[in-house]
Amino acid sequence: MNKYTILEKLLIYFGILIFMTFILLPFVEMFYASLRPLDHLFRSPYQFYSDDLSFWAYSEMWKTVPMLGRYIFNSFFLATVTSLLTLLFVIPAAYSYARFNFPAKNTSLYLLLAINMFSGAVLLIPLYKLLRTFGLLNTYQAMIVPGVAFLIPTSIWLLKSYFEKIPIELEEAAFCDGATRIQILRHVIAPLSTPGLVVVGIYAFIGSYAQQFLFAISFNQKKEFMPIPAGLYEFIGYTTVKWNEMMAASLVGIAPVLLVFLFLQKYIVEGLTAGAVKN
Amino acid sequence: MKTKLRSYNSPTFLAYALIAPAAIYILCIVAWPLIETVRLSFTNSSLAGEEYIGFENYEKMISSKKFNKIVIRTFVWMFFSVSLKLIIGLIGAVLLNANVFGRSAFRVLVMPPWVVPIAIGMLGWLWLYNGYFGIIAGVGMRTGILDGPFGFLAYKQSAFISTVIADVWVGVPMVTVFFLAAMQGVPKDLYEAAYCDGASRWSRFFRITLPQITPVIVTMSILSAIWTFNSFEIIWILTEGGPRGATTTLIIDTYKQALGNYKFGRGAARAVVVMILLTLFAGFYLALLARINKRVAHE
Repeated sequence: MNKYTILEKLLIYFGILIFMTFILLPFVEMFYASLRPLDHLFRSPYQFYSDDLSFWAYSEMWKTVPMLGRYIFNSFFLATVTSLLTLLFVIPAAYSYARFNFPAKNTSLYLLLAINMFSGAVLLIPLYKLLRTFGLLNTYQAMIVPGVAFLIPTSIWLLKSYFEKIPIELEEAAFCDGATRIQILRHVIAPLSTPGLVVVGIYAFIGSYAQQFLFAISFNQKKEFMPIPAGLYEFIGYTTVKWNEMMAASLVGIAPVLLVFLFLQKYIVEGLTAGAVKN
Repeated sequence: MKTKLRSYNSPTFLAYALIAPAAIYILCIVAWPLIETVRLSFTNSSLAGEEYIGFENYEKMISSKKFNKIVIRTFVWMFFSVSLKLIIGLIGAVLLNANVFGRSAFRVLVMPPWVVPIAIGMLGWLWLYNGYFGIIAGVGMRTGILDGPFGFLAYKQSAFISTVIADVWVGVPMVTVFFLAAMQGVPKDLYEAAYCDGASRWSRFFRITLPQITPVIVTMSILSAIWTFNSFEIIWILTEGGPRGATTTLIIDTYKQALGNYKFGRGAARAVVVMILLTLFAGFYLALLARINKRVAHE
């Protein structure tokens, strides 16, 4: 097809430049701020140039935010447990949706989608009372239990489409050879669906890492259980915020998700868009 | 073939048993709380206890001028945010669909705001919006658009706009990625035929691309409407609904009433309004999805 003229190319790159600036400016500025000394940041109007950039804030932040290490651990711990639990619930359900026909199959699948639309905020009150009744407020469970529920629907949809890609003939062949369902699951399904499980697991990990904040500020007030977004949010309220260290800590909090995503972005995007875009 | 498969597929009991754990979990953590919210909205529940009070919460809520303002504000906020997300997302998708050097890198670089925890992204925006030391105020002052420090989150109107922009920033990547995927799914021979017929780039976009991706545009506009409506963390971290309520949307108001003041009953009444509106959106979305799926199945 026809090639772009030079003018068109320039226009496209100019457009991309503006678009990318909007998307990436916060990250670039966060990183830049984290490298600058505090007295350079506290100059008004904003100074674009700093001559003494260093990673000093990255070593100092542990002192300013004494429990930072704990927050990072909490975030990881919460996201890992939440995503593993999600997988535990989702694997059998997704397999069932992919392989069996039963009454109310489609209705329940669409109901699952509808659940996705109710954010946690609508359910906070009864969840708060529920957690209080069971004495779970201010524990890890207070953030894990609701977290899992909101990851189940999308995970079922994602994993179902992976299971559907495994030819049913393979299972039928094994079935005819006298394999039990458990054996089929172990020797046929499990090895073939590993890539799908990894993608859904990572989706759940990123999702639970992202949703921690709401549950954390609503159901947990104990510092030792706080995930990193909630922990850092507390510090922003202080009168003098050490912005360079705050930005450094934020980036450290972002890094794990971003790295995981960058390595696996192709699979995640394919999986998520497959449902909305046919073919 | 179908009948042969059915013998393998028949055990309905097993199918239900496999779904049961997930279903029961969702019933306990999502479905029951939904019903409980409705019940609580007819009580004056608080930390002290609860009593049935009929429609009092609703009557107070509807007759309050403040609440009506909040509802209108929510929809205005949503309207701006969703339209901007769709427009910028569409432009972004067109740009990233153009066959130029480096586009696969740009396609990855567009995604961080979507992946990163919203709460942490907003800490970055807090710094950008800082009136004295932030880069936006800085550029404004250096170029003379602002004649002094300006706290973007401190004034009613600018706080409203600032929260919309931050919300757009969070939402644009996903819209872009979905539009892009849809554009790549448009059959190539349509373009080739149009090109042979001498159609210009513009007319190919408006006559082929746009009609072909319309289903995805419609789907995304409803989905973004739902997510924008639900958006909590962005406003909460940037302004906590202030200044003087200028960015208080329904979700923020619900949260404040419920867990800020521990007025569970009043909060629940607001949550019920949110639920009703969401059900309308969701019903609309599902009906549309069913229609699109039917059309795809027919083809």
